[in-house]
Amino acid sequence: MVHPLKEEELKEHVTISYKPQAKYSYTAGQALSTFLRGLREGKILGRKCPRCGRVYVPPRMYCEDCFYPTSQWVEVKDEGVVMTAVASFISWTRDRLEEPEIVGTIRLFPSSPRDYVYPGLFHRICCSYEDVKSMTIMGKTVRARWRPAEKRTGSIDDIECFEVV
Amino acid sequence: MKTNLKFRRVAAIGAGMTPFRRRMLETPQEMAWEASRRALDEAGLELRDIDCVVIGSAPDAFDGVHMKGEYLAHGAGGVMRPSSRVYVGGATGVMTAIAGWYHVASGMCKKVLAVAEEKMSTGRPHPQAVFRYIWDPITEKPLNPNLIWIFAMEMHRYMFVNKVSKEEIALVSVKNKRNAASNPYAQLGGEITVDDVLRSEVLVWPVQLLDVSPVSDGAAAMVFVDGDIARRYTDTPIWVEGVGWTLDNTSWPNRELAYPRYLENAARMAYRMAGIERPQKEIDVVEPYDPFDYKELHHLEGLMLAKRGEAPLLLKEGFFDKDGDIPSSPSGGLLGVGNPIAAAGLMKVISIYWQLKGTAGKMQVKRPVHTGVAQAWGDLMQASTVMVMRN
Repeated sequence: MVHPLKEEELKEHVTISYKPQAKYSYTAGQALSTFLRGLREGKILGRKCPRCGRVYVPPRMYCEDCFYPTSQWVEVKDEGVVMTAVASFISWTRDRLEEPEIVGTIRLFPSSPRDYVYPGLFHRICCSYEDVKSMTIMGKTVRARWRPAEKRTGSIDDIECFEVV
Repeated sequence: MKTNLKFRRVAAIGAGMTPFRRRMLETPQEMAWEASRRALDEAGLELRDIDCVVIGSAPDAFDGVHMKGEYLAHGAGGVMRPSSRVYVGGATGVMTAIAGWYHVASGMCKKVLAVAEEKMSTGRPHPQAVFRYIWDPITEKPLNPNLIWIFAMEMHRYMFVNKVSKEEIALVSVKNKRNAASNPYAQLGGEITVDDVLRSEVLVWPVQLLDVSPVSDGAAAMVFVDGDIARRYTDTPIWVEGVGWTLDNTSWPNRELAYPRYLENAARMAYRMAGIERPQKEIDVVEPYDPFDYKELHHLEGLMLAKRGEAPLLLKEGFFDKDGDIPSSPSGGLLGVGNPIAAAGLMKVISIYWQLKGTAGKMQVKRPVHTGVAQAWGDLMQASTVMVMRN
C-alpha cells in the first residue's frame, strides 16, 4: 500500500527542480519580542487581560475574546503539566529517524485542570519512547531545562526541553 | 452566535467526481473540468446556465502553482462570470459547498457551480515538507515540526482523557477501508484488520501508517440552485437545510485538545438552521472528516452524535456501521477513498447527496435516509465546516 518514489523512478519523468529564493525575516512583534527577551533571562512571560483575567502564554497584545488590549506583564512558572506527548520517527521532510523526537504541549502553572484555555507551550519533552507509549508521561509535572545563560539567544530554543521534576 | 435565518432555499441537483488516485496523469485544470462536466451532466445543465462559480483548494503549495483559484478558473467554468475561491485548510471542501449555498441563498445567483480540486502528489520528495509554513514562525517552527505531530498530539490527548485504546481507534480504519471497497472512486478500499493497523509503520506515535489517509489527487464538483427553479431540472432535489462554520484560534498549545469545541459551535449553527434538536435521533447518515482514524470519533463527538468519549464504544457496537443506526462514512471516507484535501471535503458532501438521492449504488445504506450531515475540518485543529441536507 506504500509507493515510495525511488531515485530511478524520479529520473523517468521530467522533474523541474529549483530552490526557491524566497527568504523571510519574520517580525516577532511587540508581545513576542519581550517574551523572547524573557527567555534569555530564564523567565516565561505572559500578558494578562484586564477584563477577563486570562493570561496569554505565549503572550498577545490583545485578548481574543474581549477584544481589548492586554495590560500587564506577568511571569508564569517554568513548571507545568504534560497535556500530551508524542514520539516522532519521521523528520519534517518525512525521512526516517533512528531515534524518536519527543514533543508535546505543557500547561504552565498557575492554571487549573478545569481550564479549557490556559497558558501553555509546545516544546520538546525529555523522556523515553516507553514513557510516551505507556502514557506515563501524560499528566506528569515537568520543569524547563534551560540552556546555560551564556548560550541563550532569545529564542524558544533557549529551553532545551521540559523534564520530569 | 446570532445568524439571520431569512434566506432563499437552496437545492443540490448535480454532482461529479474524478477517481481519487496518487499521481494522476491529468493536470489540476483537467481534473477540475472532468468533475465539473460530470456535475453539469447530472444536473442537466450547460455551462452557459451557470451564474457564479466557487472554487475551493487547499494551500497553493501542494499543486506547486500559485493562486489556485485563478489557475483553475477555466477548468472550473469560472471564466467571465463571478468566480471566487475559498480556503480554510482541510475544511475547504465543505466550505466550497457552503459558499455555493450562500451565493444562492443571498439571492445573488440562481445557479452555482462549486468545484474543489487538489493534486497533492506533485511535491518532491514528499508533500509533507510543504506543511512547514503553517506553523508559527517564532514559537513553533524552530522545533522543526512536521504536520503529523499536531494530529498525533491531539490523538494522544483524546486517548488519554477518554481512556481509548489504539485497537478501538483502528476499527475506524478497518470500517472505512471496507466501506470504500464498494466505492468506484476509491483509492484504498479493501479488507484490513486491526492487527494490520497496529503492525504498520510507526510515523509519530501514536499515529501509524494505516491510521492516516493516503496522499491523493482528485477533483469534485456540485451544482446548487435556487429552490424555486430546482424542480424544473429534477424530481429529486436535495435540500441544503443548514450550514455552519467556525474558526478557533491558532494557539492550540493553549487549549484542551480532547474535544473539538469549534466543531460543536459549527454544528450547533447548522442544526439550528435545520431545526435539529436531537442530532442522534434526527440524523440518518453522516460523513465526518477522517484524515486520521481517531478524527472520525473526535468529530462524531463534536457533531453531538455521541457523548464525549463514547464514540469508540458506539463504534464497537456497530452503531456507525453501514447497516447500523447512523452509518458513518459509508463512502469509505478519506481513509478509504483518498485525501485530495479540498476535493475530499466536497466528496463528503457529494456522498451525502447521493445517499439522500438514493443513487449511491453499492455504497447506498440499507435503511431509508432523509437527513444527512457532511463535515470537514482543517488547519491547526482550528477550522470546522458542517452542512445538513434533506431529501
